[in-house]
Amino acid sequence: MGKTFSEKLLGLKAGQKVSAGDVVTVSPDYILSHDNSAAIIKEFEKLGVEKVFSPGKLVIILDHVVPASSEKYAQNHKTIRKFVAEQKITNFFDIHHGICHQVLMENGFATPRKLILGADSHTVSYGALGAFSAGIGRSEVAVLWATDEIWLRVPETLKVQIEGKLPRGVYAKDIILKIIGEEGADCANYKAVEFSGDAAKNMSIASRIVLCNMAAEMGAKNAYFAQDDATISWLKNRAKDEFELICSDEGAKYEMVLHYDISSLEPQVAFPHTVDNVKPVSQAKGIKFHQAVIGTCTNGRLEDLVVAAQILKGKKVHPKLRVLVIPASRAEYLLALKEGVLETLVEAGCVVLNPGCGPCLGAHQGVIAPGEVALSTANRNFQGRMGSRDSFIYLASPATVAASAIEGQITDPREYL
Amino acid sequence: MKKGKVWKYGDNVNTDVIFPGKYTYSILDPKEMAVHALEDLDPEFSQKAMPGDIIVAGKNFGCGSSREQAATCLRYAGIQAVIAKSFARIFFRNAINQGLPVIQSEEIVESVEKGEEIAIDFSKGQIKTQKGILSFSPLPESVSGILEAGGLIPYTKAKLEKKRARAK
Ligand code: SF4
Repeated sequence: MGKTFSEKLLGLKAGQKVSAGDVVTVSPDYILSHDNSAAIIKEFEKLGVEKVFSPGKLVIILDHVVPASSEKYAQNHKTIRKFVAEQKITNFFDIHHGICHQVLMENGFATPRKLILGADSHTVSYGALGAFSAGIGRSEVAVLWATDEIWLRVPETLKVQIEGKLPRGVYAKDIILKIIGEEGADCANYKAVEFSGDAAKNMSIASRIVLCNMAAEMGAKNAYFAQDDATISWLKNRAKDEFELICSDEGAKYEMVLHYDISSLEPQVAFPHTVDNVKPVSQAKGIKFHQAVIGTCTNGRLEDLVVAAQILKGKKVHPKLRVLVIPASRAEYLLALKEGVLETLVEAGCVVLNPGCGPCLGAHQGVIAPGEVALSTANRNFQGRMGSRDSFIYLASPATVAASAIEGQITDPREYL
Repeated sequence: MKKGKVWKYGDNVNTDVIFPGKYTYSILDPKEMAVHALEDLDPEFSQKAMPGDIIVAGKNFGCGSSREQAATCLRYAGIQAVIAKSFARIFFRNAINQGLPVIQSEEIVESVEKGEEIAIDFSKGQIKTQKGILSFSPLPESVSGILEAGGLIPYTKAKLEKKRARAK
């Protein structure tokens, strides 16, 4: 019988044939951590081990609170830089690179057949490039640094078959919000999600990343797209190592197959305070907000900034609004800069922040006050996520956020395209 | 068997309301983490929860971020166990790795009430509630070892020490 992507990949790593439900002990190819490395170092030191087992596997990227916003954060960064030097960790990316997931992918760590574990739930994103990638906790990362070993359960796979052509003004973000809204925030708990179908095949890599990134909001352990020419050409000049493709076999066993036709999909909006509280934009129209955010690891790539600029070109941000634009990485920032995209956004009245997580986790750079409302392209709208516990977050595509930024209230972007 | 008071919550209790993101990189001391436990869901909790208390919740407890402090803060607040209809994957691992027992059971969640005193017997897999005794399936041995050691770090430390002793 055929095997799924996850069964094949974890089988390769475990050196034996495995099926969903089996528990395997494996060594990942790369281990990601970010600002939380400071806390991981503390745990690592408790283990009584002097040297990291495989320093070449560690990828440490400072992105969550960069540049440091307080003495505590500055101390964390300092601790991490010291550790990086002592342990001779070469894959270290200081504050000028951007959001960990984007930076890890851009630098070619994520290729087909790689097993990547990270101390961040959105590590799932790299399935867009054919890697098996999953989030784990800090203790587990510390133990991996010391022993290079972890147990993983081979997940069952939930297949999402997406067919049809995206209508004008509707984007990858709308597709994934629709799916999460229909299926619920725990629909893929402990499972792998495989995105397939014509619409999935036609997606750019940036759009595939949006879907895999938000599979975390379905509870998924990992997410996956079949690799194709688009993957190969994206990885050209980026991939760190040679790679071979790895796809689910014909006849692989899926726990469930969901079907979506997106031909008549409307833009979608997630309402506070859960990501699965999703409604079409027509039901969100007119909702007022105070701050817009265009960026994050979900929607801060060139493709997203271009759409926002298209809508905001020659227009002005509503005078009562703050609009924050945060490119996902320095590389995307530079592209947007060279293409004049950032110029358009700044002219419209947006504030461009340095690449990083920005206010996404409520730590700095535009947190919101009690009673305030934000409209964001991020992946989470949990209560208190972006600042005050008495604030509210709506999630939408970059197009919806840009159009809404002009009107000062949630707006259907199709009116502007 | 230790008795504890039940704090009851609904579905999808996420890591942001258990331990807000704004503290994740600034608070490194677990006792200080405990002060902020469940702050954005139930401000009363950290003031009134007593060692031995038990959290009972709906499905997908701990969804969202991978931040392990969501488990750490509950453990250091003295929580004896979290009982939920289901757990988000990363939280489940984190809880065990922090030495915080987790019990998955729809039946128990449905039958216990907020504020009720219950007692848990982990070895027998039983819970004494006001309505009677309910059972749950104990965790597999591979993970109960980690729990008994008080978490993954002490567990691994002991394992590595043994290995080194053998090598000598
Ligand atoms: S941008 Fe937001 S969701 Fe993405 S890694 Fe940073 S904090 Fe997490």
